[in-house]
Amino acid sequence: MAETLLELSGISKTYPGVRALDDVNLRICRGEVLGLIGENGAGKSTLMRVLAGVIAPSAGVIRIGGTEHARMTVNEATLAGIAFVHQELNLFENLDVAANVFIGREKLAGGPLKLVDNAEMRARVTPLLERLGADFTPSTLVDNLSIAERQMVEIAKALSIDARVIIMDEPTSSLTISETERLLEVIADLKAHGISVIYISHRLGEIMSCADRVVVLRDGRTVGELARNELSHAAMIRLMIGRDLKALYTPPAHAPQPGGCDIAGVVTTAFPDRQIDLSVRRGEILGLAGLVGAGRTSLARAVFGIDPLLGGEIRIDNAPVGVASPRDAIRQGIYLVPEDRKKSGLVLELPIRENVTLASLLDYARMWLVNGTAERKIAKDQARRLSIKAPSIDIEAVTLSGGNQQKVVLGKWLSMQPRVMFFDEPTRGIDVGAKSEIYALMRSLADQGVAIVMISSDMEEVIGVSDRVAVMHEGSVSGVLERDQFSEYNVLRLAVGQTLETMEAAAS
Amino acid sequence: MMKKELGLFLLLAVISAITGAINPAFLSFVNLLNMANLIGLFGVFALGEGLVIITGGIDLSLGSMFALLGVVFIDLLTTYQVPWPFALLLVLMGGLALGGIQGFLITRLKMQPFIVTLCGLLIYRGAARYYTSDSTRGFGYGDEASTLSNIASGNVAGIPNTFIFLIILAVILGVLLHRSVYGRWLYAVGKNEEAARFSGIRTNLVIATAYVISGGLAGVSTVLFVFYTNSVSPSSFGNFYELYAIAAAVLGGCSLRGGEGSILGIVLGTALLQVLQNLVNILGIPNSLNFAVMGTVILIGVLADQQLQARRRRKAALAGLARTAPKSKEPTIRQSASPHGAAALPTSAGDQA
Repeated sequence: MAETLLELSGISKTYPGVRALDDVNLRICRGEVLGLIGENGAGKSTLMRVLAGVIAPSAGVIRIGGTEHARMTVNEATLAGIAFVHQELNLFENLDVAANVFIGREKLAGGPLKLVDNAEMRARVTPLLERLGADFTPSTLVDNLSIAERQMVEIAKALSIDARVIIMDEPTSSLTISETERLLEVIADLKAHGISVIYISHRLGEIMSCADRVVVLRDGRTVGELARNELSHAAMIRLMIGRDLKALYTPPAHAPQPGGCDIAGVVTTAFPDRQIDLSVRRGEILGLAGLVGAGRTSLARAVFGIDPLLGGEIRIDNAPVGVASPRDAIRQGIYLVPEDRKKSGLVLELPIRENVTLASLLDYARMWLVNGTAERKIAKDQARRLSIKAPSIDIEAVTLSGGNQQKVVLGKWLSMQPRVMFFDEPTRGIDVGAKSEIYALMRSLADQGVAIVMISSDMEEVIGVSDRVAVMHEGSVSGVLERDQFSEYNVLRLAVGQTLETMEAAAS
Repeated sequence: MMKKELGLFLLLAVISAITGAINPAFLSFVNLLNMANLIGLFGVFALGEGLVIITGGIDLSLGSMFALLGVVFIDLLTTYQVPWPFALLLVLMGGLALGGIQGFLITRLKMQPFIVTLCGLLIYRGAARYYTSDSTRGFGYGDEASTLSNIASGNVAGIPNTFIFLIILAVILGVLLHRSVYGRWLYAVGKNEEAARFSGIRTNLVIATAYVISGGLAGVSTVLFVFYTNSVSPSSFGNFYELYAIAAAVLGGCSLRGGEGSILGIVLGTALLQVLQNLVNILGIPNSLNFAVMGTVILIGVLADQQLQARRRRKAALAGLARTAPKSKEPTIRQSASPHGAAALPTSAGDQA
């Protein structure tokens, strides 16, 4: 076996009430490509943050070249040769390539002024770029580079600090196929030079083609390790899933009614070359699953009128509706409970009362003057109906817990007449009690004839709450599952881009 | 919410009392009426500036707008002999139109308010000077608009009309800002434009309207100032006045980050500024220190307000902590029940780390 470069053993990380990492062991050898896979929220990113020194583990030991650390600082990690190619690239767009590579370590010219020596930095970056086969120069402004090229800058930065381990977190999520191939070539080249790569990806095909070894995380634990000759899609998926799912499901009170919302051939700005077809009936909860970045949020934003529709049509009860703005969508009874409630769902500094009536204030006004009594009544009604826990409806939303904030967002919509509701990650960051209340609310809305689309990356939620599940992959719907087809395996297969047909073929 | 205004009022009262004690002339009827007149003149457009600041924007063009609208107004009355109601209407429309253009550039073409209104400041001033060949315009010997002049610079039972206008406009805008749907939208947009948009509010329209209102009030102010000075010299008329408005709004509790402020606060802020100016004269402080005194008071006022707010927030946070403390055990117990829900959290928690 090759020489071990670094080893993580018994790493745990707990946040109040949450165990993000639980006794994780990870070893990486010189010149090895280690694939790290797991579902959304399995703890991959947290683990890598520990390794890069961004967060401190609660327990465990990091062993690098014979020395043991209880935690790392970013500087120690850099000195130890650990470099991070970030998921959201961490570059300064207003600076050129060389300045980005040497950011914080600028080469200085002599003399009393200690000016930055641009020529020297550019001269040092040139060979790195040549080695990576990049066709831009060190003096190019990063703003002018594509995502793939920016990645090369990040890798050049890693090489410039003589990195021995380069962590790549979802490096290909925004790359084209040829750019992805180019990246895989670069990885092979790094490997040939004795540099190790930790490759985190949801794209099992890429993992298959580049990884020497794969470690699978699930719920913050290492659940398995596959050697190169054991790698297969099936083996990897089997390790990623396989958890007991709690029974959350409440069946609808009656069968889905006719009508509902049809999304026909919709094209969003996120994936201008893909079409989305989806329909959700009145009275049902349609789960919308998929990997992060599969285009689910873009779809919701487009249907709600935030982003422009590039094509296609939205119909409610078979009548086409125009959604040029959120105002149009709201008039049609299409509501969105957004992913980021603090940024888009609420005005945090306003009281509960004003947040509840924010979208419908004209209904509680005569001649544009707010009728305070009517407004208080509706806000109180919603607070009671949703059991929002707050001393009064006049306290600012910022003081509430996540679950109660989400209920205020719901209160805003439920005080009106919903026909189609999109919930984008409705229970993210919400405690278990409030979660089940929100599930119950969604079900009762559905039973009142509302068509509900629930975007969720939480497998338990997708399988436990939905009546049907549509799965998106890279900007289009790769399949729709009925309840009898529900399984983590099926959802994940569709999420990584396989179709129902290939699944059936594999099954028979 | 009213704490700020109360504090400001007390500050105003204390400063007035002290100044009055040192020099009783400060509290003389004549001096008070003189101050009321100036408060009226400077308060009207400060109200508009306040609305703009609540959207999170700024309007730097007001002073130049006075010059441009002022020379046009005088020309309409004297050179063109336009009946005063039409001249008045045209000037008001001119103010609304300039505000509309600025609002359009800011909301539709996504330009920064600072830049748009800074360019307005330069363009209007230049236009006013070019239009008049840099010569002062004034009223001739005739009484072109004696009716309007009496309305704008007269008084009712000794109280200057400008002050009465300010009170009337403040009441109207107070209702608009604090009681109407539009006012609510204005605060929401100022605090969190994205959430307002996600709630179906036409945020562009709401913001642009604030600039239009500010422009319209600038039109009113132009007429009041023209009859106060009786002439307009295009290179100096209204110079720096936008800064008085911004200072009054900030002193009155508006945050340049948007979403905060009240009409009462802006009126009190204007009053405090005028009292300070007056106090410099009355107490025999060298006139050259005028601006320095104003700057110091604003600096101290805003600093004190921030400190008080930070302290209040700390108290609220402590109270919140005490409320949630007994519950903190809950998640750990339930954690084993929902391993995934638990694992979904750390990404966001990690971001804060």
